[in-house]
Amino acid sequence: MTQAIPANTLEPLPLPEGIQGVVADWSSDQRAFKKVPWGKAMMWIFLVSDTFIFSAFLISYMTVRMSTTDPWPNPGEVFALTLWGKKIPLILIAIMTFILISSSGTMAMAVNFGYRKDRVKTFVLLLLTAALGASFVGMQAFEWSKLIFEEGVRPWGNPMGAAQFGSAFFMITGFHGTHVSIGVIFLIIVAIKVLRGDLDHQRPGFLTGRKGNYEIVEIMGLYWHFVDLVWVFIFALFYLW
Amino acid sequence: MDYVAHDASAYAPPAEVEEMELYHPKTFVGKYIWSQDAKIIAVQYAVTAIGIGLVALVLSWLMRLQLAFPNSFSFIDPSNYLQFVTQHGMIMVIYLLTALFLGGFGNYLIPLMVGARDMVFPYVNMVSYWVYLSAVLLLIASFFVPGGPTGAGWTLYPPQAILQGTPGATWGIILMLVSLALFIVGFTMGGLNYVVTVLQARTRGMTLMRMPLTIWGIFTATILALLAFPALLVSAIMMLLDATLGTSFFMPAIVSMGQQGGHAGGSPVLFQHLFWFFGHPEVYIVALPAFGIVSDLISVHARKNIFGYRMMVWAIVAIGGLSFVVWAHHMYVSGMNPYFGFFFATTTLIIAVPTAIKVYNWILTLWHGNIRLTVPMMFAIGFIFTFINGGLTGLFLGNVTVDVPLSDTMFVVAHFHMVMAIAPILVVFGAIYHWYPKITGRMLNDSLGKIHFWVTFVGSYAIYYPMHYLGFAGVPRRYYAIEGTNFIPESAQSLNVAITVAALIVGAFQVVFLYNLLWSYFRGKPSGGNPWNATTLEWQTPDTPPKHGNFGATLPVVYRWAYDYSVPGAEQDFIPQNVPPGEVTRSSART
Repeated sequence: MTQAIPANTLEPLPLPEGIQGVVADWSSDQRAFKKVPWGKAMMWIFLVSDTFIFSAFLISYMTVRMSTTDPWPNPGEVFALTLWGKKIPLILIAIMTFILISSSGTMAMAVNFGYRKDRVKTFVLLLLTAALGASFVGMQAFEWSKLIFEEGVRPWGNPMGAAQFGSAFFMITGFHGTHVSIGVIFLIIVAIKVLRGDLDHQRPGFLTGRKGNYEIVEIMGLYWHFVDLVWVFIFALFYLW
Repeated sequence: MDYVAHDASAYAPPAEVEEMELYHPKTFVGKYIWSQDAKIIAVQYAVTAIGIGLVALVLSWLMRLQLAFPNSFSFIDPSNYLQFVTQHGMIMVIYLLTALFLGGFGNYLIPLMVGARDMVFPYVNMVSYWVYLSAVLLLIASFFVPGGPTGAGWTLYPPQAILQGTPGATWGIILMLVSLALFIVGFTMGGLNYVVTVLQARTRGMTLMRMPLTIWGIFTATILALLAFPALLVSAIMMLLDATLGTSFFMPAIVSMGQQGGHAGGSPVLFQHLFWFFGHPEVYIVALPAFGIVSDLISVHARKNIFGYRMMVWAIVAIGGLSFVVWAHHMYVSGMNPYFGFFFATTTLIIAVPTAIKVYNWILTLWHGNIRLTVPMMFAIGFIFTFINGGLTGLFLGNVTVDVPLSDTMFVVAHFHMVMAIAPILVVFGAIYHWYPKITGRMLNDSLGKIHFWVTFVGSYAIYYPMHYLGFAGVPRRYYAIEGTNFIPESAQSLNVAITVAALIVGAFQVVFLYNLLWSYFRGKPSGGNPWNATTLEWQTPDTPPKHGNFGATLPVVYRWAYDYSVPGAEQDFIPQNVPPGEVTRSSART
């Protein structure tokens, strides 16, 4: 009758075979996602949660579009601008979309130069991204004011048809525009930190007191690409449908 | 007999991340008020949640008084009654249970149990609490505005929630919705912390499959919350716009009080879908941490490893996943497509499978265990009873044909109070009795605890068991007073009186618990670091209560799972997680 408490090896336990091995590997100690910093993991999980928010908004918009009995205004006509005597549908939205997608490109370049520790280029590209984002919000403000003051669209009704058109439009683009504006503010903050060299010297960041490093540029980038991606869905489901 | 431990190994991989930076505050305010220490934040969360929960307890008394003695109280008119019902439900479900389990127990236990210095983003964690507090304050403020708090029922169904005639339709509903939105913002900040801490900040050797089930429960519940609360946030924003700007997301064309309303074309059923897409996972946001905690309580106090650890983990994950595809079983009578009822009844009944696995495993853990009837253990066993009870009535309500006649009767009230109110709150009590020694360094008084348990447990049955019969008899819920009906027998009234008396007694006896908390804080028996001889890391800290940073100079290294109790051949009947196999003292006695 022996009491064998298991062999005291200093080797890792062998991985079990099959699916249990997959589980054991993925659930190994310390970190589930190896080499993923905390901030990045947090941003990813936040974005999943935010995806549910925007999905709920868009599904709700589609539901009320079906439930309302009034005709839905034609977005092509509502969002048309008269340029050089011609009425061009969705031209402003096309420009806005182009600008926002371009800003994703400059953001990606900023992340790249950030990891190469090229402070000046990263700074310029971050600022350019912020400028493109700000111009997007500016055009959105123009679009809103045109709808409100010239077309008479209000959240509770409009002359073209279903009241939900204005409600959903202001709510969804407003919520998205808020996301872009917050992004612009943080882009500027990160840009200044990059230029001052806070990320190289690992100077403690504002609010959190944590040391800075270039991961923050990539985390900022994740957020920014997400906001762009959401816009693509809003563009497809609200303006094109 | 030869014993091969579950997965004990002397090997611990080298550290992958450097030590966490901690900002040690020096002033009293920095330590205890604007604190970034998860343990302090946990206590702040818990005290706030229990405080607002006591308000909800008093509200339930007022409801019960009206039901037992209709028209006897001048301060309860029909509007007040509806406001009490609404605020009681909302506070208990969201501001008490969600905040207490995730904000309270989550904050306290996650870093300690996974071997982390603190939450990964302590600053965000601090802000989370203060946003939660402001949400609670807004909720309290709604009691003092013109018209009082909203009386729309805790589900806040439109159109009635924002129509004139519903109590609180002017101010109350707006404060309620803003408060909910703030709660969600605050929770998201905390929730991101809990998830990332569990995923990315565990100590060496702490694999996911060595985590205590408490952490699995809280972790899964937090993920559910991060995915479910968005639907509530969106519906709150849309209803806020309906109420303030006159949009018509949820509002159809309505003639109210003889006047055509200003709304047209909205979809009230859309709100119900959004609400229950949040609302059903919410049940499991409360239940899963309770499942996890009760598993640990049973294992520790029965001195036996949890039966079927892996299955317990997978059951938690499966329940979490399934909880997202059952929401419309709350809407069988809402007028949705009947085929939906078929789908949602099927998914609902499938949830019974992982849930039953958990119940069997708890019972099999008790089987042949060295059961110690400590106060936490009594609450844990009490939980199993009430949970089975509430689960069985859930099978009734999950079936469309059985649900339709029982809808909106007292049977529903009895069911969800059994399964979602009493069962988790028993776990809350058990958990407080279990971890109070770690939080304060003193034991809670045993005799007071036993009185508290028996009154609460027996009293809860006295309240809710008869309510099932009222439901069968057809007594509707949320009614201010029932007069002039033929189908409800006279005896229903005497049953109502009995329920109210029981409710008053149970509620009043919670004072014993509060007194125990206060008295033991100053006079309780010093507990030492590990009064229950438990294996998990929070009991192995060098200081009790643990200091900022939790584990002193070096972080513990984990060599085994959390359930090495009564290991054959070992001298003590528990082997802490941070004891390497080579250092386990063998017993001289033959086994």
